[in-house]
Amino acid sequence: MSTPARSQATFDAARVRADFPILGRTARGKRLAYLDSAASTQKPTRVIDAINAFYRESNANVHRGVYELSEKSTELYDQARGRIARLINAPDKRECIFVRNTTEALNLVANSWGRENLSAGDAIVLTTLEHHSNIVPWQLVAQQTGAQLRYVDIDDDGRLRMDQYQQILKEEAVKVVAVTHVSNTLGTITPLKEITRLAHDAGAIVVADAAQSVPHMQVDVQDLGIDFMAFSGHKMVGPMGIGVMWGRRDLLEAMPPYQGGGSMIREVHLDHSTWADLPEKFEAGTPSVADAVGLAAAADYLSELGFEQIRQHEIQLTNYALGQLKEIPGIRLFGPDGEDRAGVVSFLLDGAHPHDIASILDGEGVAVRAGHHCAQPLMRRLDVTATARASFYVYNTEEDVDQLVHSIEAVNSIFGSGAR
Amino acid sequence: MADLYKENILEHYQNPSNYGTIDQPDITYEDTNPLCGDRIRIDVRVKDGKIAEIKFSGRGCAISQASASILTEMVEGEELEKVRDLSAQDILDELAIPISPARVKCALLGLKVLKSGAYGITDWPAAD
Repeated sequence: MSTPARSQATFDAARVRADFPILGRTARGKRLAYLDSAASTQKPTRVIDAINAFYRESNANVHRGVYELSEKSTELYDQARGRIARLINAPDKRECIFVRNTTEALNLVANSWGRENLSAGDAIVLTTLEHHSNIVPWQLVAQQTGAQLRYVDIDDDGRLRMDQYQQILKEEAVKVVAVTHVSNTLGTITPLKEITRLAHDAGAIVVADAAQSVPHMQVDVQDLGIDFMAFSGHKMVGPMGIGVMWGRRDLLEAMPPYQGGGSMIREVHLDHSTWADLPEKFEAGTPSVADAVGLAAAADYLSELGFEQIRQHEIQLTNYALGQLKEIPGIRLFGPDGEDRAGVVSFLLDGAHPHDIASILDGEGVAVRAGHHCAQPLMRRLDVTATARASFYVYNTEEDVDQLVHSIEAVNSIFGSGAR
Repeated sequence: MADLYKENILEHYQNPSNYGTIDQPDITYEDTNPLCGDRIRIDVRVKDGKIAEIKFSGRGCAISQASASILTEMVEGEELEKVRDLSAQDILDELAIPISPARVKCALLGLKVLKSGAYGITDWPAAD
């Protein structure tokens, strides 16, 4: 599946930036440096046009209509599913379930697979890197089934403690390992393939939160060997409101439905119903067809840029940022230093709270996030209440990084490094 | 953005008034801003229905900490009953800086904690 690596010179971030109309506007009267793509990405003209064209030319409800528009809409929805299957190298497009977002995908797995397969005494393995969306659904299913939660900690560089992971696998009746592929806060890329091999040896399945990896690198579900994977459209230049839950077909077929309603049934009687085949079994109600079409356009766009090139661009930009940020007095940088780091940089400044940093940066046109990043257990592990976070994507340039660095210097001039 | 971080805000942040705790306070309450984890505790000693002593502690952004510091100055020596009538707008007026919608809860955390402690009013204070 991997595309041959072209020269890095073929990646022109300034040209990519021009594909995103919103990046041409100003923020607080300044040039916009959008550095919050880990939260949500901007959309290229191609994706916006695809959604627009769907509503102008092809809109109708899917599946049940016999008229031309409904046929067209159904065909586009089906093609979008195929496009997503190719993106992640799923062996069968029926394994790709459209959902609203990563959170819904993880809730689907935790509820449907979890309630069917977990019982008292079983262990669910999570990590301290997880986003709340890969913690809370498992807490809920643990309460319902009596299964126990076990957490793999990180070392001081933000890497998973694989020794501890292996110990847990050895000591507990682990049924499922739910782990992030890339930390949304530290940027840590976890050794997902190795995690999966060890889990399978112990008889456990692996659920990957790939919200921060699928947009940024080639993710191949067959190569990784994982069992379930969740990701969101809006973090990969696609629309909000659409995401994907991929699962192994044999597992999906054995699972009960998550939500009941239209589309997901074969027959409905007064007292019982039977279920549709995959993927409809897990897609109750009218799907967001326009957003699926937009997501397929996003997959096309990213694939044409090339995931190898995207990854190289983000590595370069992250290194460029880290090199300058390290020189700022009073700064504390989080996350691993090495190949296993994505384009996410969390930081703190002596004497300035992350929300104050973000407000001052906002005044300079720089959009970063400040807070707990929906990872409160990780914040406690790092012994901080919040961090400021800059995250990079295809449209970010060295100019964005320079604007960030200059603005942080402005923070220091207001608060004075080391004030409190 | 320099507007937001005027000298008086920075002064209250870096050298807050009434920072600390009170031994055996008549009122003590602590709360957090769930959005950002900022935490403020307020202790009050009441004498003859008046706020004889007030201290705050906690950690958070400049806006929340400066606002709490200013709040303690506003109410110290006043009738405790007056706290009930304090509105969000009173605090924002006193801060006299342009607070964006995203930062309003930072500015009001101190007032929320004080009202919760004094009257069990746990809703975010409303503007006039």
